[in-house]
Amino acid sequence: MSTRPDLPGAASPLVEVRDLSVHFELRGGSLARLFGRDTGTIKAVDGISLDLQPGEVVGLVGESGSGKSTLGRALLGLVPATHGSIRVRDQNLADLSRRRLRKIRQVVQMVFQDPNAALNPSMTVEEAVADALRVQGVRSATERHGRVVEALERVGLSPVELFLSKYPRDLSGGQKQRVVLARAIVLNPEVLVADEPVSMLDMSVRAKILQLMLDLKTELGLTYVYITHDLATAKYFCDRIAIMYLGRVVEIGPTEDIFAHPRHPYTKALLAAIPEPDPDKMLPRDLPRGEVPDAAQPPLGCAFHPRCPEAISACGWESRDLRALLEEHWMRPDVAYDEEQNVIGGLEHLDEPSTTVALGAGGSAAVRALLDRMRAEDSTEPLWSGVTSMEDSEPGITVHFEPAPAPALRRIGNVDVACVLYPPESAD
Amino acid sequence: MAIDLTENVVAADAQGPVISARDVRVWYGTTRGAIRAVDGVSFDLAPGETLGLVGESGCGKSTLGRGLMGLLPEGAKRDGQVLFRGRDIFALSPKAAYQLRGRELGMIFQEPLTRLNPLMRISQHFEETIKQHEPDLSNDEVRERALEVLRLMGIPPTRYRSYPHEFSGGMRQRLMIALTLVLRPAFVVADEPTTALDVLVEAQIVQILNDLRRNFQTSLLLITHNVGIVAEACDRVAVMYAGRIVEQGRVADVFKNPQHPYTRALLRSTISLTTTGLNYIPGAPPDLVDPPDGCRFHPRCTEAMNVCAAKNPVDIERRGGGRVECWLQGPENEIPPGGKQPLEQEELTVVDEA
Repeated sequence: MSTRPDLPGAASPLVEVRDLSVHFELRGGSLARLFGRDTGTIKAVDGISLDLQPGEVVGLVGESGSGKSTLGRALLGLVPATHGSIRVRDQNLADLSRRRLRKIRQVVQMVFQDPNAALNPSMTVEEAVADALRVQGVRSATERHGRVVEALERVGLSPVELFLSKYPRDLSGGQKQRVVLARAIVLNPEVLVADEPVSMLDMSVRAKILQLMLDLKTELGLTYVYITHDLATAKYFCDRIAIMYLGRVVEIGPTEDIFAHPRHPYTKALLAAIPEPDPDKMLPRDLPRGEVPDAAQPPLGCAFHPRCPEAISACGWESRDLRALLEEHWMRPDVAYDEEQNVIGGLEHLDEPSTTVALGAGGSAAVRALLDRMRAEDSTEPLWSGVTSMEDSEPGITVHFEPAPAPALRRIGNVDVACVLYPPESAD
Repeated sequence: MAIDLTENVVAADAQGPVISARDVRVWYGTTRGAIRAVDGVSFDLAPGETLGLVGESGCGKSTLGRGLMGLLPEGAKRDGQVLFRGRDIFALSPKAAYQLRGRELGMIFQEPLTRLNPLMRISQHFEETIKQHEPDLSNDEVRERALEVLRLMGIPPTRYRSYPHEFSGGMRQRLMIALTLVLRPAFVVADEPTTALDVLVEAQIVQILNDLRRNFQTSLLLITHNVGIVAEACDRVAVMYAGRIVEQGRVADVFKNPQHPYTRALLRSTISLTTTGLNYIPGAPPDLVDPPDGCRFHPRCTEAMNVCAAKNPVDIERRGGGRVECWLQGPENEIPPGGKQPLEQEELTVVDEA
């Protein structure tokens, strides 16, 4: 995977992520029984490369399950890398002992989403912020107090005396998030990983906290990783944006390029789905169908293809897509569901991902006739173009799909896109 | 039978509003005194109309929604008049109110998983819901009705016998909406129905709500903190602040030409794709045990005048239609001499922040 050739004269990256994968094993036994599925692997982060330049704000944007939070946590060494490496200031996190890893966290700090959960309810504001200093070995109580006061002033919690002895329950949502920010900056870090820092806050304070983060960035020369599902705040806040889907980056580039000319269909969909407070604008009708699929068994081919409004034959169609298409067909009011359901029979076996699908219970001819009718009624459905052949196999038919690899990131202009609509140039 | 009576009322009063709320108040008793969460709210809702209710947290939006349904917790009291097709639902006996809920008044909650029984199949949820109100229906008839609604919500018939855990978050919310609509209620309150969902799924649900009026002729009170969703899915909007509706009118008109400073501030503080600067509302909504005198927004208002701190603003007809209560809009003859001088007020700091 290519990495960005950086701006001329740019300093060496502060954080360097190379081909990073973070996989979680679903263990057998009670956990598997609890989830009702066999053991497997969740590829929360799957082959991501990313550089952080000093002073830049990089946004990781995607829906839940896209791996954006896992990637953020991996940057602090909070989850171990399965493959690949993360280098912070030329030290590979994987090689560090726990103690050295703790030292690295003076450089990289995290701001969590929910300030109610991030603050210990039995610690005062002073204790909470000073705790980070204590953990990092600042022994002198006077020095700790001085640095806490300074941090609280920086985040606007002044007069400080009013806040030092307060407990989280005495504070409003915005004030709590300021305390969380103070705790993050008290160690003078260089990088802040902010995981949805404003999404739990009321609309009226979001802008205030974002403004504070921008001020802190200028005053303290911080570098941000901003994790969010909200493209609107990312547009305002970030220099560079990585759009993530099911553990992979599908599009990455400078913010202005991404917004002026979104290329990946997922990026376009995210942009179109933001409700604007402008009564003249309406949501588009061709929103992606469905939801983020199960990460334990991601779709074959491009992970976004089952929802993609621009999908083509080469996207990697498979058994589960056929199931979805049949179910969609049966939602139409004019379709004789009960009869057709008898022809097709059970659909459960289609949940096992495969490009070869045996289907039908009511005889090859009847199944073929039904599929042909569906195809004729909606010839624009891209799934059909992914079918290479259909053969009779009583009591149904066997459908073969064209297997396709997941698309890799490719450079187009200033951005990198992973989508079959943007094939590699002829030189490759 | 009570049902026949209601239907007669419908026929006689088909053109009037479905819901007509007048001076609705809800308060919770606490040791510090009564929290006046809803304090004199009036609005009408026409058949098939969607009214968006917006405001910051703690402005009484959810309390109003629950109050209308009669689903308030112990210790809460309500007052005022809410006419549902001419009948005052606040004056009904608990039994009559129980019969009305579900059949005529529906509610969609924020967190769908906590409202579905994990041990019951979707089919059983529908059987329970429908048979509660129409005990004579056979299971086949129930299935037919349920499948029709599920289809409109985009849930395939193959999933009818699944359990709630087999559905994704967005699907569960669709199930909740389907369970509410299968009884074809005339009035539905949806309390932050998309807050727990992902962006794309949120947009899908907003479209479903938008299509409600076409498919069901249901009147909807949509409670949200997202003005974007109001613009997308509502006909009219009511802006709530500290227990009162401070401005209401047609969405296009209110959003293009907001007349209350709170509406303006709320719209400005929203971060959208067209945002070029960060704006916020200083301070926080007031403590509703002891709200500020005069206009409740005046301590946070950048345009406050002397009269705003002294006299309660008057609810007046809004230029362009609707209602507004703000001294900037009048009535002139009730403003005392010198009342229009800018109010000198203390600067709000982080100490007062929301």
